[in-house]
Amino acid sequence: MFESDKPQTNPPSLDSARSSVRLETIGHLEHKDNNRPVLRPGSPRLHADADAPQVIRAEYFSFFYGSKEGVKDITLDIRPRTVTAIIGPSGCGKSTFLRSINRMNDLIPNTRTEGILAVNGQNVYDKRTHLVNLRQQVGMVFQKPNPFAKSIYDNLAYGPRLQGIRRRGDLDEIVEHCLRDAALWDEVKDDLHKSALALSGGQQQRLCIARALATRPNVILMDEPCSALDPLATAKIEDLMTQLKNAYTIVIVTHNMQQAARVSEFTAFFCLGKLIEYGRTSDIFTNPTHKATEDYITGRFG
Amino acid sequence: MDIRKPNVTILQPTSGADRVRSEQSKPVAEFSRPLLLSPGQDLLGYVTGHLGRGTLFVITLVSVLAVFLIFWFVIREAIPFLKGESLGQTIARLTEFLTGKNWYPEAHVHPEFGALPAIVGSVYVTAVALVLSVPVGLLCALFLSDMAPFSIRQAIKPVIEILAAIPSVAYGFFAIIVVAPWLQHTFGFSTGANALNAAMILAIMAVPTIISVAEDSLSAIGREIREASYALGATRAETLLKVVIPAAHSGIIAAIILGMMRAIGETMVVWMAAGMASQIPSPWWDLSQSVRPMTATIAQEMGETARGTVHYYALFAIGCVLLIFTFGMNLISEHFMARIHRREGGR
Repeated sequence: MFESDKPQTNPPSLDSARSSVRLETIGHLEHKDNNRPVLRPGSPRLHADADAPQVIRAEYFSFFYGSKEGVKDITLDIRPRTVTAIIGPSGCGKSTFLRSINRMNDLIPNTRTEGILAVNGQNVYDKRTHLVNLRQQVGMVFQKPNPFAKSIYDNLAYGPRLQGIRRRGDLDEIVEHCLRDAALWDEVKDDLHKSALALSGGQQQRLCIARALATRPNVILMDEPCSALDPLATAKIEDLMTQLKNAYTIVIVTHNMQQAARVSEFTAFFCLGKLIEYGRTSDIFTNPTHKATEDYITGRFG
Repeated sequence: MDIRKPNVTILQPTSGADRVRSEQSKPVAEFSRPLLLSPGQDLLGYVTGHLGRGTLFVITLVSVLAVFLIFWFVIREAIPFLKGESLGQTIARLTEFLTGKNWYPEAHVHPEFGALPAIVGSVYVTAVALVLSVPVGLLCALFLSDMAPFSIRQAIKPVIEILAAIPSVAYGFFAIIVVAPWLQHTFGFSTGANALNAAMILAIMAVPTIISVAEDSLSAIGREIREASYALGATRAETLLKVVIPAAHSGIIAAIILGMMRAIGETMVVWMAAGMASQIPSPWWDLSQSVRPMTATIAQEMGETARGTVHYYALFAIGCVLLIFTFGMNLISEHFMARIHRREGGR
């Protein structure tokens, strides 16, 4: 049965115990202290070694396109049931990092990684990682709404059907539930068997969010989900994020600083492939430590 | 809770106007040219514009006219064969032409013009060619669009295009010298020049068309759609079967129809490889028997027929049937191609 009313994350204690075991066994990394990002008081990273739970943990994670570096030495933890915003100028590796989390970058040839990127305590770049299960647990919403050329119902049922859910009643329940969670049910409940391409851009994006929810993930990655939408549709999606964070961990890449300030609890600032500053959104936006962060959020560059 | 309200105070951006003002002190280039055309320039522009448009229109019209002229010519030459003294007689002739099994155009006493063996031969050879070429072509297209690394795709596509550029008479040689003896020795057929031989060669000729059109339509399905599927936990096979192929189905159908047109219109290969026996295979599934498709019939007999005889007009009637076949298929493929373009434009 489908029950996503309850958060899907594992109990924190088990979670961090598993992850620390994994990280100890794989992680023989030298500590390069000169590369350490600025960690603010209250940053989850400072508590990572203690019992503070984290869903995503990066340890000196680097990603290479051929010989070119996408991101370098990223170290950060992302806490469950929060919205974490990743901001930074274009080409700074925000999306690369985000897409590394569910290994969407695997589709690009000639790439490699270094360091550790763990989801629920499991290094996703382990050779034996079950990609299908990883992507089921880590859902993704893309920059451009990308519904399949199928009916709304079939778009929603796509993920569950891949997992072998075939019974009509179960599928109906999942479809309704996810559309309600994505605040789209009232608008489309009479048109479930019409093409998803007939929806407006904002509705399509909420459909994509609903579709991502339908695989019952722990984590939802959002890659500039509002950049193709008008302000009203953006407001709806932001509303949605604040509701969804009660049950899901959300990581969002955004170019819109106000959006980061409005929806996120934690903010990571990336620049030139490096994590410059990471901490509570309120601290980053009111009192940035790093000069580059301050320049970026006040609009002096980027 | 009102989430529109930021939960933190944001530092205000610095004014962009300060920066712009500081850049305006540089000297600006001189742009003070007249904004009105002189009367001479105006006239010249008018004349050259219309001349250019007219020339291109006439050239385009010529190729369109050529199509209509060919249609008109073939139909005009076919009419004397089909037209009887009354409507009933015309229908009788048409029925005899389309259903008659005997083609004895030069018989002195009672010539017979039954085109059915030629029509059946064409359909037969084309259908078998499609059965062979469609699976191969579509699987190749899938491999090229979704599996092959970029470098392999770059190496394979030109080779496939060369396959389409080989003259059909060269394929004919191959059919007679290599395929026919092989069929005879391996399967014990009484003749190597038969329907199977022609269908195999036609399949090889149709494959490049099918691959390139199908590959184009598969590649036109954007990366974002594939990513959406992978991100939901689909494997590559699931993505291809459940998302990519359904989305590209109109292009795939168009590819099959274009391959079919390539096969049905082909003359030289069937002339050389099909055995040239005007008969309907019996039993119907016997691929080892010789056939003579419509194209080969026309090509073989047209040169030996006196102009203005019944035989001459009968060959044009066969041409008409062929034209109707290909025209119909072309319409269907246009329909599906238009659907691809609509989808691309709609993005």
